[in-house]
Amino acid sequence: METDKSKLGSFLFNRSVQGVFYQLITLGLVALGIYYIVTNTARNMLERGLASGFHFLGVESQFDIGMTLIEYSPTSTYFDSFIVGLLNTLLVAGIGILFATVIGFTVGIMRLSSNWLIAKIAEAYVEILRNIPLLLQIFFWYFAVLRALPKPKQSLELYDSFFLNNRGLFIPDTVFGEGSSIIFYLLWLTTIISIGIFIWAKRRQNRTGERFPAFYVSTALILGTFFISLAATGFPVSFEYPELKGFNFKGGIKLIPELVALTFALAMYTASFIAEVVRGGIMAVSKGQTEAAKSVGLKQNLILRLIIIPQALRVIVPPLTNQYLNLTKNSSLAAAIAYPDLVLVFAGTALMQTGQAIEIIGMVMGVYLFLSLFTSLIMNMFNRFMKVDGER
Amino acid sequence: MSTANKEIGPPVIELGAMGWLRKNLFSNWYNSLLTIFGLYLLYVLIPPLVNWIFLDANFVGSTRDDCTNEGACWIFIQQNIKLIFYGLYPTEELWRINFVYLILLISGAYLLIPNLKHKGWVGAFLLVIFPIICVVMLSGGLGLEAVETRLWGGLFLTLVIAGVGIVLSLPIGVMLALGRRSKLPVVSILCTIFIEIWRGVPLITVLFMASNMFPLFMPEGVNFDKLIRALIGVMFFSAAYLAEVVRGGLQAMPKGQYEASQAVGLTYWRMMALVILPQSLKMVIPAIIGSFIAIFKDTTLVLVIGLFDFLGIIQFVGTNPDWLGFSHEGYVFAAAVFWVFCYAMSWYSQRLEKKLDTGR
Repeated sequence: METDKSKLGSFLFNRSVQGVFYQLITLGLVALGIYYIVTNTARNMLERGLASGFHFLGVESQFDIGMTLIEYSPTSTYFDSFIVGLLNTLLVAGIGILFATVIGFTVGIMRLSSNWLIAKIAEAYVEILRNIPLLLQIFFWYFAVLRALPKPKQSLELYDSFFLNNRGLFIPDTVFGEGSSIIFYLLWLTTIISIGIFIWAKRRQNRTGERFPAFYVSTALILGTFFISLAATGFPVSFEYPELKGFNFKGGIKLIPELVALTFALAMYTASFIAEVVRGGIMAVSKGQTEAAKSVGLKQNLILRLIIIPQALRVIVPPLTNQYLNLTKNSSLAAAIAYPDLVLVFAGTALMQTGQAIEIIGMVMGVYLFLSLFTSLIMNMFNRFMKVDGER
Repeated sequence: MSTANKEIGPPVIELGAMGWLRKNLFSNWYNSLLTIFGLYLLYVLIPPLVNWIFLDANFVGSTRDDCTNEGACWIFIQQNIKLIFYGLYPTEELWRINFVYLILLISGAYLLIPNLKHKGWVGAFLLVIFPIICVVMLSGGLGLEAVETRLWGGLFLTLVIAGVGIVLSLPIGVMLALGRRSKLPVVSILCTIFIEIWRGVPLITVLFMASNMFPLFMPEGVNFDKLIRALIGVMFFSAAYLAEVVRGGLQAMPKGQYEASQAVGLTYWRMMALVILPQSLKMVIPAIIGSFIAIFKDTTLVLVIGLFDFLGIIQFVGTNPDWLGFSHEGYVFAAAVFWVFCYAMSWYSQRLEKKLDTGR
């Protein structure tokens, strides 16, 4: 009896047995919770007569969208509206990332300037912008600035080719005439050759120690070929400038005010975070590195290019990607100023019309989730690639 | 020999105001150029702004016709101040909100003043009794008239959402972090999935989900208030972010701490509560406060599901026909208030960081 009891005791208090027991309980609770939600949902949907499944994707959407990058009309399907929304989201994210990077790096480097005034201005930029909610900034640019702009007749203009008014931003469009495809092929060709030059120069330097001005040579090659081919084919590429016709502008590319305000706010806001990332990255390179590089006789620009930037980038890139991801997710605030992004078009209009909340929100969340997981996958690969031997 | 006698000039002064200017602003030609550019930038931006906000602004009056000066019309804010701060909360019940603010202010100040006794009790009061007081005082009960949450709004609602989000998401975040680090594969996988899903989607879709899908999840007859739905969304969303912050702290803990606590025979929960968490949470306090700032800023998004938080109400007040065309004033005021809150938090976190940094 006594031994049986102690056997039972040692069984009950065994770590791994307890572990299995706890896991079973957790699994059971989660399953119960899911079962509860699923049955409730099924009954609720039955009662409210809500359809389920993805059949609605093939149905005519019967609503129009203000800005579309692909062919779209009210007779298109819900799936088309999903694609339109997705493309609009990616467009805003793409332009936003471009500008945020440029502003962010500039401000980040300004914060490290030895010039006191410049450093302080950059600090003020960062402290002001990142402590004000993004939505407020979007509202400000959209309602207080762009909506308050003059009518097309009194547009703000730059070089007679860029026009800004309350209808949006009008920029010149490039028109590719006959024979312009050959220029593109030549651009591709020279780019590939330049990459080859870089690889060759690197190898030669490793072998003999001699440097080759690969950057200047390839720039000259690409630009030279570009201009010569332009001249040879008789300048088939031209610009179409927006022109004031009646009450609005015709021609060129029209960027709707929602897009302009959203991109601007996203870029300025994210730039304040990127600036901090850049500053942190540069400061993470220890001073000894610069001093050592100086003492072996490297010039200032080589120190930057060969010593500081490669090391700083290793610190900068992961949080920078994170900021890009944040910008992409924050672009969903578009819904608040009616820019037709994925959330507004699909989780807004389409959801209202079909009532299929679960499928639609699931798809929208799925898109963002995919972007996040895909980015972190790439980031993990990058980190493995950049890891210095012997580092933790 | 004669070259050695060449006179060496005195070094350029680096002391005093002139020295400082030379060293920090005009050390070489491009720095001087940058300084001039910076000064020009300030000249373009600052004087018009100061004129608009202060010098040319209108402070006294009661209607828009009193705004005769060029600058900002702060009468717009003054006249709508009740709406902006409290939303549609009944005027005769406003003392209840102010009472809650007062308790919070007194106990918060008590905690911040150094070298006072019984801080633990005050903290416990804030965490346990104060929430009950809040619920009773704000929504009604115990003889107080009930106030529906659809009347809540303005800065008050923003503080409620941010406060509840912050207070509830921290314990959930800690549990999720512990779960993700757990050796039990089922627990760790479930927590990881949960965290990554919330972190991978924008808050706006979470709020859409909360307002459209939560009602479907509930059994018949159970109807959640819109505010509570939003609160649940915000809570899980920020808990997932905090979980990652806390996990960072847990990972930074030296292994010896775990081994030592196991060696003296502490159980898992005691080890975590008494040894690991106090140290690792302390390490990540700045990051936790950073998350709090993010939650506070993110509360503005609730306006997309039809709640009138601080920003929502300012947007709403601006559409009042009597006060059309004052959106600049509204946004600048809102920005200033948000900025003060966020900057205060980040300043406090920097102070704590310095105080807690024991020179590792």
